Amino acid sequence: MSGKSFLIISRSAPYGSSAARDALDVALTCAVFEQPVTLLFMDDGVLQLLAGQDPQPIGQKNLNAVQQSLPLYDIERLCVCRASLDARGLETQQLLLPVEAVAAEAIAQLIAEHDVVLSI
Amino acid sequence: MALEDIAGQAIELDAEGYLTDLAQWQPAVAEYLARGDGLELTDAHWEIIYLLRAFYAQYQHSPAMRPLVKAVKLQLGEEKGRSIYLMSLFPQSPAKVAARLAGLPKPDNCL
Amino acid sequence: MTLHTLNQGPANRSGLESCQRALQAGDTLLLIEDGVYWSLPGLPCGLELPPQVQLCALEADLQARGIASLAQPVDDAGFVDLCLCHERIVSWF
Repeated sequence: MSGKSFLIISRSAPYGSSAARDALDVALTCAVFEQPVTLLFMDDGVLQLLAGQDPQPIGQKNLNAVQQSLPLYDIERLCVCRASLDARGLETQQLLLPVEAVAAEAIAQLIAEHDVVLSI
Repeated sequence: MALEDIAGQAIELDAEGYLTDLAQWQPAVAEYLARGDGLELTDAHWEIIYLLRAFYAQYQHSPAMRPLVKAVKLQLGEEKGRSIYLMSLFPQSPAKVAARLAGLPKPDNCL
Repeated sequence: MTLHTLNQGPANRSGLESCQRALQAGDTLLLIEDGVYWSLPGLPCGLELPPQVQLCALEADLQARGIASLAQPVDDAGFVDLCLCHERIVSWF
């Protein structure tokens, strides 16, 4: 199946709204339809990747569990905005999955490389 | 919603035949549901059913076809990690049928 | 070429910052809803656009808020034209 490449920009923290979960669902759905997907986490979206989440006490599903299945959907390229990490005092080593830290100047390039950009 | 008496347990199924309480699953439930589909469960079926249950325990969702095939390939090898093999075990829609027999929710992203 | 829309005003600065980070020459930034406040002429710490980025603002949103804007005003038909003449659209909200 030929298709369009998708960049999904996820900018919300994990449990305050459904946005983080929605972005992940959209990514999985694009992948199921065999469209190449890149995920970019920026702003509070980088907080989705903190390891050791346990949302059971607030009655939500653990986002980390779904994130770990991304390779099974052939979603291999996970980018995070380095400035967003810096602004929150985080390092890539604290994150659950191996990610590509992207400098601010490279974000415009990342957008230009994809056919469709969804910001969620 | 229907209540079925399976192996001495009153088990509730949703309109599409999926368990509403995942904790009620036991192998006898899978056998009962499979008979309803005209399937006789063999070791080959059980291998996939337990793989699916492990997938759900780890990743907290039922996989669509593509990740299911990939998970089977990674764990059971190239020979079984193909859609045609899964179609032969769970005809029509393996991701949906196998999830139902395994007592899991219907896959969200299914074609 | 990418069309960026921004609908958050000065109360949500991260919307502006992320959007600015993503702009490059040839792109267009269209301010909509509270985003039009970023085009207030006297705003300190306001917009910093890279060269060759066109700045537009939705006319109805400017008018509703009484803003005399530095941005090029665009009506709904103009919004549609902008969508059509860019390769992709990114919403910052």
